[in-house]
Amino acid sequence: MAPVDYARPLTASGNLRRRRVIDRLMRGSATAAALVAVAILGLMVFAIAQRGAGEISFAFLTQNSPEQLYSAGGGIANAIIGTALMVALATAVALPLGVLIAVYLTEYATARTASPIRLALDLLYGLPSIVIAIFIYGALVYGSGQTGFYASLALAIIMLPLIARTTGEALALVPKELRDASHALGISRWRTTVGITIPSALGGILTGTVLAIARAAGETAPMLLLASVFDNTKTSFDIFGQALPNIPYEIFNLAESGGTVNVAKAWGAALVLVIIVLIASLGARALQIRSTRMMTRR
Amino acid sequence: MVVTALASIVAIVLIVLVVYEIVNSAEPAISKYGLGFLGHQTWNNYTVFGAATLIYGTVATAAGALLIAAPLGIAIGLYLSLFSDRRTAAIIGPLVETLAAVPSVIIGLWGLIVLGPFLRSTIEPALHDVLGFIPLFGTPSATGSGVFTAMIVLAIMALPIIAAITRDLFLTVPAELKDGALALGATHWEMVRGVVLSSMRPGIASACILGVSRALGEAIAALQVIGSVFQISSNLFGNGNTLGATIAIQAQADNSHLQTASVFYLAVILLGIELLVNLAAQAIVRHYRLPSVTGPTATAAASGRT
Repeated sequence: MAPVDYARPLTASGNLRRRRVIDRLMRGSATAAALVAVAILGLMVFAIAQRGAGEISFAFLTQNSPEQLYSAGGGIANAIIGTALMVALATAVALPLGVLIAVYLTEYATARTASPIRLALDLLYGLPSIVIAIFIYGALVYGSGQTGFYASLALAIIMLPLIARTTGEALALVPKELRDASHALGISRWRTTVGITIPSALGGILTGTVLAIARAAGETAPMLLLASVFDNTKTSFDIFGQALPNIPYEIFNLAESGGTVNVAKAWGAALVLVIIVLIASLGARALQIRSTRMMTRR
Repeated sequence: MVVTALASIVAIVLIVLVVYEIVNSAEPAISKYGLGFLGHQTWNNYTVFGAATLIYGTVATAAGALLIAAPLGIAIGLYLSLFSDRRTAAIIGPLVETLAAVPSVIIGLWGLIVLGPFLRSTIEPALHDVLGFIPLFGTPSATGSGVFTAMIVLAIMALPIIAAITRDLFLTVPAELKDGALALGATHWEMVRGVVLSSMRPGIASACILGVSRALGEAIAALQVIGSVFQISSNLFGNGNTLGATIAIQAQADNSHLQTASVFYLAVILLGIELLVNLAAQAIVRHYRLPSVTGPTATAAASGRT
């Protein structure tokens, strides 16, 4: 056995040194990867803010498109209204349905009945929006024409699995004791769900809904197929009768038609959409922090 | 009880309806072309339709996106779950998830006007000069649009999905295992490689599958940056086309019944690929009893992380 040199300083050498260098290298590259993602987001937001800020004015938010596509001036007021209407209608369809599904899965379903429903939700979640769009196109629009309602239906299908999943997760967090206490008082299962469980999970349900709204507001593929033929100089509220102008299609159309004026307007509309989506995401996050805090305090 | 059960059946009915309606609408093209449609390269908008160039474009762009997004995304997942302190993770995690919330049309707009021209003027010539002997890195594109730009754009969309799912997976590795490895004298990285990565391999695979599923199905951003040319070119910087992009732009063209049916046939192919890919991810999750995974937004709410 080699004699131990007790005077040697306690620093890594040889193999251990190599292992530590690798360790530092790997940790460094993981940090770098995270910075790359943040940088991409930063570059994107910077580009949108820089190019879009100049476009946004009171007129841009309150006027409709000018008569001629390539002329300056005008705004996206009708598109903002159309997006708001369609997303609202989609939420009105998807929210009750999503909550009902989540209630069934957490409160009533057995393992055997839950499994196919969960699978269906996961598959729906995984369907690209273009596939959902062409499904509605083939089922309802082809041969009869676009309406805002059909676009809303596509958005609702996109929102449904998101809302069902987040609601299910929120319901699962409700303590079992609450339900047991309610049962012990002789309250029926259904009234317990409506009166106790759902109110306790309201924060989580709202979070999921707001996230789904943020996602739906930016969906472009359904708009391209289901809400793209309209008179862009007019404001329409006739959601069941005709296609409504909307922000995502406006951005797509302006960018594709080219020309400096149009592309500049596309950036303006993009900034408006990003602000809407970011506010919704941040709102959802704040809601989520609040509701988890309330749940854990109990 | 009955109402909730009925609502749940809606979810199943929807999936069945989607498949039925799309296959049914594609019927004229399916009966005319059969499976030959998959291998046929011509698409002339009026009389002759084939999907080969689109299948190639879809698979090539998604594969490229995965090649870029998988290592980056897994590294971010590791950083957020194991290498960073709680406070920085609480800032960077939400930022990465915000990337997933940016609408595709805006990423496409950015890709078309900012990223594409940048790639064309700097990255593409550099790659061409150094690696030009490989046919993949041919002459840089004329406009900035092309397969390569689409790969990067799709990678940006897949990245936050892979990062968020792997982060949540890595957080589930028991502390005893990690501490055990460290107590045996392993460095942090050796612990990660030996304990975290090796025990989470199936989960990482399903995260990557879900990321690639997003890239395969993205229509709008791909349409904006890929150049929409029906061709199979070995040059990454050339133009191409994808299934989703063609469905988006041609569904309403309706030059003939056959064209519309062919577009629906494309949707059948895309639907088939997506169902297969998602079922694979679910099968892995179920087989290995992993915590259920879907996407950044859902997982964020699930884990209650901020």
